[in-house]
Amino acid sequence: MIKVENIRKKFGDNLVLNDVSFSFEKGKTNLIIGESGSGKTTLLKLLIGLHSLDSGNIIYDGRVFNEMKLKQKRLIRQEIGMLFQGGALFDYMSVEENIMFPLTMFTEQSEEEKLDRVNFCLQRVNLENTNTLLPSELSGGMLKRVAIARAISMNPKYLLCDEPNSGLDPKTAIVIDNLIQEITEEFDMTTIVNTHDMNSVMQIGENIVFIHKGVIWWEGNKEELIHTNNKELNDFVFASELFKRLKNK
Amino acid sequence: MMIKGLKNIGNYFIMMKKVMSRPEKYSVFFKQLKLEIVKIGLDSIGIVIIISFFIGAVVTIQQSINLENPLLPKYLIGLVSRDALILEFAPTMIGLILAGKIGSSIASEIGMMKVTEQIDALEIMGINSASFLILPKIIAAMFFFPILIILSITIGIIGGWLGGLSMQIPTADFVYGLQYQFIPFYVTYSLIKTIVFAFLITSISAFYGYTTKGGAINVGKSSTLAVVYSSILLLIFNFILTDLILS
Repeated sequence: MIKVENIRKKFGDNLVLNDVSFSFEKGKTNLIIGESGSGKTTLLKLLIGLHSLDSGNIIYDGRVFNEMKLKQKRLIRQEIGMLFQGGALFDYMSVEENIMFPLTMFTEQSEEEKLDRVNFCLQRVNLENTNTLLPSELSGGMLKRVAIARAISMNPKYLLCDEPNSGLDPKTAIVIDNLIQEITEEFDMTTIVNTHDMNSVMQIGENIVFIHKGVIWWEGNKEELIHTNNKELNDFVFASELFKRLKNK
Repeated sequence: MMIKGLKNIGNYFIMMKKVMSRPEKYSVFFKQLKLEIVKIGLDSIGIVIIISFFIGAVVTIQQSINLENPLLPKYLIGLVSRDALILEFAPTMIGLILAGKIGSSIASEIGMMKVTEQIDALEIMGINSASFLILPKIIAAMFFFPILIILSITIGIIGGWLGGLSMQIPTADFVYGLQYQFIPFYVTYSLIKTIVFAFLITSISAFYGYTTKGGAINVGKSSTLAVVYSSILLLIFNFILTDLILS
């Protein structure tokens, strides 16, 4: 479980997050939703220590992350798998080398063991026999799936995903969403997905937090979200004509 | 402007503190180092040979014109060309060329990794990204630049000999000039300068790449800044080192 307590973050005079508290539950797909510029990416970056907190606490299973020294933070980070918006695969490495990289850095496994793990991860994301391809040779969906394979290669306790569906067609986006949910349940991870894709919300939203104007405006699950009367949330979720019609039905 | 400059210097030293830390895993570090030696060193041999050959030839031709006097022995042309190549042309000229070639390549490579979140990915994995990416480049350059400069001096002298032949300087006179009053310390001085230049070019270029923000346009800007500032600092340190070592 990842807990955030009374988080506050300012950039200059701009208060991005104000007194944010929330628990991201283990074994569930936790979604952070909100408009562009609402502070959800900042929250994700605070969680992994890429930004520093002004005040508050980030707690990974009882361990206060923000009070740790950089070396201790690096140990926690080894327990985190991160899926970046653009995949962030190392472009000079093949698919196999990308997935093998964390294993090479942090384990003493033999080449054979590492290769077995790589093939297992690739199989898990339905990308067998792509070992030798370079990231530039992959489609958007494949790139995301390789990034997921790399993220799970070290058996992480926590999986953080930043806009996993950006730039993908709806069909591929559902494949990625389902994959994230399956992996979360299978490996009993604490997964946090940062998204503004409403299809994702309806597909995998087990524990949803809506950030608006830097504060937690609403929290619940996808069922509660459909029936909510919260005006700001409705304006955000049901912004498109299609969703408006579905809501009115 | 002044504050921005001071801030940059401060950030450079903060980054260098991160760079100068023990590699996470030596086997991976040496693999990276080998790759960088190929990219920074071996891939620069061609351009070094071409430039050095023609600089050597031109320097000799110019000296032969300047020293065209019946009272001056012909071997002086060999001597002057040798000292010019060892003291200045090879380390400084090649240094500036490498600042352009390698500096822009390092800044754009690291800058691109920064804007595509590959550096963030390294950090999330618990890896010191500055040390992982930059240290092998600095060590590879500090190791291989002196080899390139020795090569440059050698090829420059061959070019000078051929340039001399075109000006009717006898080979025997040119070779005698090369050997006459040779001071081995000049080579040491040249190599000391080269090692400092290698450090400056790679670390400054890496700094501009590592601090890139935004998109592709900023990668281009970082690359330009890397070449400009590493060239300027190279010239400043050339002056400082020459004053300290030779005077």
